[in-house]
Amino acid sequence: MGRARALAGAALALAAGATAAANRAGDAQAGAAIYARCLACHALAYDRTGPRHCGLFGRRAGSVKGFAYSDAMKRSNIVWNERTLDRFLANPLNAVPGTAMGYAGIPDKKERADLIAYLRQADSSPECRKQAPPARDRAR
Amino acid sequence: MSFLILGKAPNTLAARRAFLGRSGLLLSGTAVALLAGRDALAAKGGKSTAEDVRILNTALGAELEAIAAYQVGAESGLLQKPVLDLALVFQGHHKQHADVLSKTVAKLGGKPAAAKDKYTFPTDTLKSQADVLQFAATLEKGAVSAYLGAVPVFGNKDLAKAAASILGDEAMHWAILRNALGEAPVPSAFMA
Repeated sequence: MGRARALAGAALALAAGATAAANRAGDAQAGAAIYARCLACHALAYDRTGPRHCGLFGRRAGSVKGFAYSDAMKRSNIVWNERTLDRFLANPLNAVPGTAMGYAGIPDKKERADLIAYLRQADSSPECRKQAPPARDRAR
Repeated sequence: MSFLILGKAPNTLAARRAFLGRSGLLLSGTAVALLAGRDALAAKGGKSTAEDVRILNTALGAELEAIAAYQVGAESGLLQKPVLDLALVFQGHHKQHADVLSKTVAKLGGKPAAAKDKYTFPTDTLKSQADVLQFAATLEKGAVSAYLGAVPVFGNKDLAKAAASILGDEAMHWAILRNALGEAPVPSAFMA
């Protein structure tokens, strides 16, 4: 009985761990729907009111050539990855005071994870592969 | 195209036209409120006002792009009446939004964002009226979300109210475009 209980506990812990990992990894399909919120200002492959998202991972904030960033973003010294995106998307104006992205943010951690998973997946999409940024735009 | 179904229901169409007319009046009311609130807004100054100006300018940039997008749609030759007329009505709303935002930025001491010389649109994917409507619907839905995200971060409540008024207009555009595409015009009780 004790062993069964221990096994059940271990299974629960594993399940919880798997859920946490899934949350961290995010669901790209769900993220695609969340990305629709970004489409007033952003596109994957070209600059709009906001900069393009292709090539986002590993890119230094404020570094897309030809895009007019806020001074705050240019000075932010951020390199975009899962962690920095999560922090920024939670509350852009707090993360980078002075950013032009006047948006309250996405308070739900799962939604942020899904969106980030989508952006990660989109980065390797044919649309983005056509738009591979020059090496100088990448953070080193 | 489900929009043609609307054409078989003249009462509905007439009601929509009246409705669109009223929405224009609402926007005018907002414009007045925005500009009338100018002195109080400007007097506050400081960090909050500077941030509000940045938010307004970002919204202005998106509105200017929307005007250009509707122009591309109107000139595409893919839109037939009455869809073309409706697209031009919506473009007119975006022009009014841009005008109010630009004037407000200026009155708050900022430099209004200018229209770009050139915008990039996925024109190679626009092959039919439905494609154009879908593209417009995507932009309008994004605009609803953008204004929804902007409303709570304005330092000045009058500006938040004005942004919410524009949000309502964008949501109506989105719903009508969805309806024209044969989709449920209001797919959910809440927006995000």
